[in-house]
Amino acid sequence: MTHSISYWKTFSNVLRRDLKVAVRNKGDIFNPLVFFVIVITLFPLGIGSDSQVLTRIAPGIIWVAALLSALLSLERLFKNDYNDGSLEQMLLSPQPLFIMVFAKVLAHWVLTGIPIIIIAPLLAVLLHLEEAAYGALIITLLLGTPILSLIGAVGVALTVGIKKGGVLLSLLVLPLYIPVLIFATGAIEAAALAMPYAGHLAIIAALLTGAITLTPFAIGAALRVSTN
Amino acid sequence: MWKWLHPYAKPERSYELASTLLPWFAVSSVITLLIGTIWGLAFAPVDYQQGESYRIIFIHVPAATLAMSTYMAMATAAFVGMVWQLKLSDAAAAAMAPVGAVLTAIALITGSAWGKPMWGTWWIWDARLTTELILLFIYIGIIALHNSFEDKVLAGRAAGILTLVGVINIPIIKYSVEWWNTLHQGATISKLDKPSMPTEMLIPLLINILGFALMIGALTLIRFRNEIIDRNSMRPWVRELVAQESK
Amino acid sequence: MHFESLSDFFAMGGYGFYVWLSYGVTFALLITLTVVSVRGRRNLINQIRSKQAREQKLKEYRKGNKKDEPKA
Repeated sequence: MTHSISYWKTFSNVLRRDLKVAVRNKGDIFNPLVFFVIVITLFPLGIGSDSQVLTRIAPGIIWVAALLSALLSLERLFKNDYNDGSLEQMLLSPQPLFIMVFAKVLAHWVLTGIPIIIIAPLLAVLLHLEEAAYGALIITLLLGTPILSLIGAVGVALTVGIKKGGVLLSLLVLPLYIPVLIFATGAIEAAALAMPYAGHLAIIAALLTGAITLTPFAIGAALRVSTN
Repeated sequence: MWKWLHPYAKPERSYELASTLLPWFAVSSVITLLIGTIWGLAFAPVDYQQGESYRIIFIHVPAATLAMSTYMAMATAAFVGMVWQLKLSDAAAAAMAPVGAVLTAIALITGSAWGKPMWGTWWIWDARLTTELILLFIYIGIIALHNSFEDKVLAGRAAGILTLVGVINIPIIKYSVEWWNTLHQGATISKLDKPSMPTEMLIPLLINILGFALMIGALTLIRFRNEIIDRNSMRPWVRELVAQESK
Repeated sequence: MHFESLSDFFAMGGYGFYVWLSYGVTFALLITLTVVSVRGRRNLINQIRSKQAREQKLKEYRKGNKKDEPKA
């Protein structure tokens, strides 16, 4: 057979391609990040600079901003590929869709999740986050942002064929983000009070495992509907 | 069983079946709802703790429980549509979505109208009300997605996928909201909770639950017929139907 | 009957506003959904009918043209 490319090769090819495309359009990486920073700086301006209040709401603000900036960057996941037809090529190729979809989502997370994780502690300083909570902040972001990319990818896959899918996308995806938001901010708050938060992390990790196993099928099915 | 079911995979037969069932559902739902509501409003005894305000229970509880059941029914239909590629099943799921959304809205509004005299505010971040609110968002998302596709068959399939994603998420959301609620406001005593209910109150409540269920059935049938007509508008039998209707 | 008088019934022990608001909104929403659903059917049938009429016209027009052609 000519198309006997191994699964690993498929995966790394798609991943490398997506990363390369993103590096060439740097705006795609930086715009969501700048958005994240701006949203977080807006909160103190709107609420007031009382450091006690900011400390209380810092976990929530950082996570809500992370949700919104993930949402903002989602469309890029399939939109360009859909427009230039390479998405259809991908669906027609003999390699399992599961692996390619997973590689694309991973690329998205590397490009949008990791920058957020790196910059979040700096913004936490601006919001006077409790010092004990920094570890929890980073771990929850590390476990939580891939879930955002995975669930978001289902939403994008469903709306990629629709002309004005942007607003619709947020309507579909944001309610599904709620459990991640609740447990992540819960973990950070627990850490700030010097209480154990391993339980929260375990639940987020369970959500991540569930999302990794189930969402690629949903994404694949949704892409088949959208490219029809 | 499959042989018996098979003809109903034809849109025409399903349409006929829906048309025969519809009057039964419509009439019986109106009758049961009338009995249950009048009984609940005028004849059921007063609650010694909450006074007359508890009478909202006779619509709040049916709407709230059935809003969730409607989602489950919709997800079942979506699942069947997905696995066996039955377009009619997608049509049934699409027919149910607005009905479920309206029920959820009713549950929310009656819940907060009950909350005002009981809790002193219109809205409280009570676990159950919050879950209902999120359920409403999910319903709205499904309806919006369904409406944004031109092609009805594709719309049904896309909405079906979203429904199934939602059905996995709803228990998680429910659990996480409950957990969040106990963390942030342990003091809230949910007065809507009643360990046991006297039979004089339970009977009208059960009647109204049945009435709401029949109402959902009737509304779903009406919308299901619309979906079938919409998806088969070029078929000869629909043309005949239209010709008959215009007389 | 649980209530002594009709005005008692409407007052609902002081909770009248909330009780009647709930029942009013519930039945208003249910009736609206019913009306919208039933009207949806009529709209669909009207749409299909006008579509058919258009097709019929188009067909007749084409037929007419064919008849006219040999003469012209």
